[in-house]
Amino acid sequence: MSEAQLLSGPGPAQPAPAPAGAVPPGPVPRARRARRPVTLITVASLVCAVLALPLVFLLVEADGAGTSGVLSMVFRRLTGDLVWNTVRLSLVVTFLCAVIGTGAAWCIERTDLPGRRVWEVLVIVPLAIPDFVVSFGWASLWNWVQGFKGAVLVMTLAVYPLVYLPVAASLRAADPGQEEVARSLGVGRVRTFLRITLGQAKGAILGGCLLVAMVMLAEYGAFEILGYQTFTTEIFTEFSLSFSVPAACALSLVLVALSLLVLAGEGAARGRGRISRAGGFAARKLPPRRLGRARLPVLAAFGVLTALALGVPVGSSVYWMFDGGAHAIAGASVPSALLTTASYGLAAAAADTAATLPLALLAVRHSSRVRLLLERSTYLVLAMPGVVTAFALSYFTERYGGGLLYQSAPLLVLCYAIMFFPLALVGVKASLARAPASLDDMARSLGQRRLVVLYRVTLRLAGPGLAAAFCLVFLSVVTELTATLLLIPTGVQTLASQFWAYESNLSYGQAAPFALVMIAIAALPSYVLSRFFDRSAHTQEMTT
Amino acid sequence: MPAVLTGAALLGAALAGCGGAAAGADGQSITLYSGQHVQTTDALVAAFERATGITVNVRSNDEDTLADQIVAEGARSPADVIYTEDTPALEFLQEKGALAPVRAATLARVPSRYDSPQGDWVGVSARASVLIYNPSLIKESQLPASVLAMASSRYRGKVAIAPQEIDFQPIVTAVLRDDGRATALRWLAGLKANAGSHVYPDNETIADEVNRGAVAFGVVNQYYWYRMRAEIGAAHVPSRLAYFTAGDPGYQVNVSGAAVIKTSRHQAAAQRFLAFLVSPQGQHIIGNPAKSISFEYPIGSGVSSQAGERPLSQLRPNPITLGELGDGSAAVAMLRQAGLL
Repeated sequence: MSEAQLLSGPGPAQPAPAPAGAVPPGPVPRARRARRPVTLITVASLVCAVLALPLVFLLVEADGAGTSGVLSMVFRRLTGDLVWNTVRLSLVVTFLCAVIGTGAAWCIERTDLPGRRVWEVLVIVPLAIPDFVVSFGWASLWNWVQGFKGAVLVMTLAVYPLVYLPVAASLRAADPGQEEVARSLGVGRVRTFLRITLGQAKGAILGGCLLVAMVMLAEYGAFEILGYQTFTTEIFTEFSLSFSVPAACALSLVLVALSLLVLAGEGAARGRGRISRAGGFAARKLPPRRLGRARLPVLAAFGVLTALALGVPVGSSVYWMFDGGAHAIAGASVPSALLTTASYGLAAAAADTAATLPLALLAVRHSSRVRLLLERSTYLVLAMPGVVTAFALSYFTERYGGGLLYQSAPLLVLCYAIMFFPLALVGVKASLARAPASLDDMARSLGQRRLVVLYRVTLRLAGPGLAAAFCLVFLSVVTELTATLLLIPTGVQTLASQFWAYESNLSYGQAAPFALVMIAIAALPSYVLSRFFDRSAHTQEMTT
Repeated sequence: MPAVLTGAALLGAALAGCGGAAAGADGQSITLYSGQHVQTTDALVAAFERATGITVNVRSNDEDTLADQIVAEGARSPADVIYTEDTPALEFLQEKGALAPVRAATLARVPSRYDSPQGDWVGVSARASVLIYNPSLIKESQLPASVLAMASSRYRGKVAIAPQEIDFQPIVTAVLRDDGRATALRWLAGLKANAGSHVYPDNETIADEVNRGAVAFGVVNQYYWYRMRAEIGAAHVPSRLAYFTAGDPGYQVNVSGAAVIKTSRHQAAAQRFLAFLVSPQGQHIIGNPAKSISFEYPIGSGVSSQAGERPLSQLRPNPITLGELGDGSAAVAMLRQAGLL
């Protein structure tokens, strides 16, 4: 669902490898840094404590089931199938997304592809289409779109922009001169591409792949429609079939273990060594690579990609709207569902953008091994199915909160904020890294108070990144489904929940308008996001 | 940042105001947790609100999730009534002591074989499990006469199953009861092998996939086929229905029911809703395709279906009782052992 997740992954080099020029990013060894930022650490720890709630819930429930109960749930026959299904799908889709995302980014950023400005927008719009709408679009039209091959097709088309966006940004910011140097030293075309171009984009590619893999682990709606069983769909079955919350929690722990593997794998692959541009003097644009005879095939490839990723879901929604049997039944109207969705999205996005600041400041300005771990640990939330987070929150409010706010809008917004926190963190961190700490120091030395400095200097510089984080969370909320079903106030519908109610009753005609409105309101934040990448890359060129 | 936080807090407070639970003009309202199809529930709720002036706030989700929620919510549960497609969720809540007794007059509207053995829930409608098949992929004469034969190797690749579907559990329970554990496990293993990749999440998907020719046949409740035909039009429905032989464990009549939650603070209004469901008016809505697209069989107040289906009285299902079906946990354990869950 969270195809809204973009930006390069965690780690220091994002969304584009920071220029090693005039603006040194990240921690700078200075005497003043010795003082421990107590307030920041306190606030950040509190935020992390809230984020840990779902994991605590899992452990409590699994503990309630007893060791033998958990083991018998985990080591049953189906688990093998689920691991196989989940892992092979994640690997294949991540690989395909890496190829498509990187290829498209290279063609758009580094070649004379005709209509680059148009393609640039078209290739990222699929990000605004909920995964379950893409699978609905395909599966409702063609029988063969199901099972493993259906899941590969649909998920690749739905999430490849997660790789494209960070790679495009990093290619834009990286030094094309290095390619030129390599070529002039007699290195072949292909090897130059592999060694230099891919090397420059390595961090961004890995970051994008991390997000894709995490999305694969937590995806539910699309796989449910395609009839493909993964860990997450099975966790839902446990929740919804056998009155067995402990069983679901035991399976969720396996999912957490899988996502730890993904995080560790990404960390290991990222490895050491960074590639950046040579310095301030290298900021020049080279003429784009000529595609020559490859021009037509490349153009055709972009056309096909757009038709598949954009044309089919939108076209099928439009088709069903006019051709689906329409039964006049009650349900939320499109405007009221839209209003609900928008207000939840705005609230969660505001909460997340604010809550990520302390952690991001810590990570960027006061980095240490423990604090880095604190920050990385929040990514686990991404792989946690929404239903687990929602159940955790209802468990804690019932158990310790006297049922306060249960099934109320604020609790649902809190749930969204927890689920999508890592997305906001990625964006906020990246942009804070670009607001040099030296400017803070300067302002402080001029007698400005600390919070004033934060507001007037740091946040202004980090503005575009904060906006990107905001949009990212907003996009994800628009398409969230499973936590919504559990925690939404009774009688209220979001666009996603109403779409789902109709889709699962085969009322395609009625589901379609909700799909189209979801796409429409997600398109705007997607556009803002793409502008953010454009601008951040641009700013980097200016500052170098 | 404080400004941002304050803004977020204000927004949150504003959101709290736009919550759903609205009361009717006379202030009476109940909350309904519904696992029934949205369209059916909507039609019944709208008629009830018109007839009584009591507002019904509907919360729709999987009924087992709703049952889990009611147990987790405990004494503070906002739910007044639960309305489910099948009886295991109701039996589960009954075992947990979460249900209030249904009024005798309400129970009396429905034949007792369709009601809770303890009188804690009332049956509202029924449907039959049948074969759905696509004539372009399999001839009617080739269809299995018994659900047990579906596991035969001659149906390799032709069968669709939905092990997660709550409607599948009663069939498993009946096979277990009639033929014993060993046979049931062998049967499930055969089904799994025959289904291959045609393992679907629910009956809607089986109906849809068979209809589109993705797979030859499967078992669904009869009303899914009628609903599908109403939704997409007879011209788009080449699939057909067939029945197992009388008394076969695959031939079931399942019951949809409703109950009042013990902790409800609106007991009288909640009981009125149950009474309405089985009243002639409520049953006519279920039985009349012009009023709802339920296509389930009415079972109360002597109302019969007007949907042109094979009449309920002519069905010859397996004799298993709703009490024997229980909360379905034995079936779930079997499905787990067979690797289908």
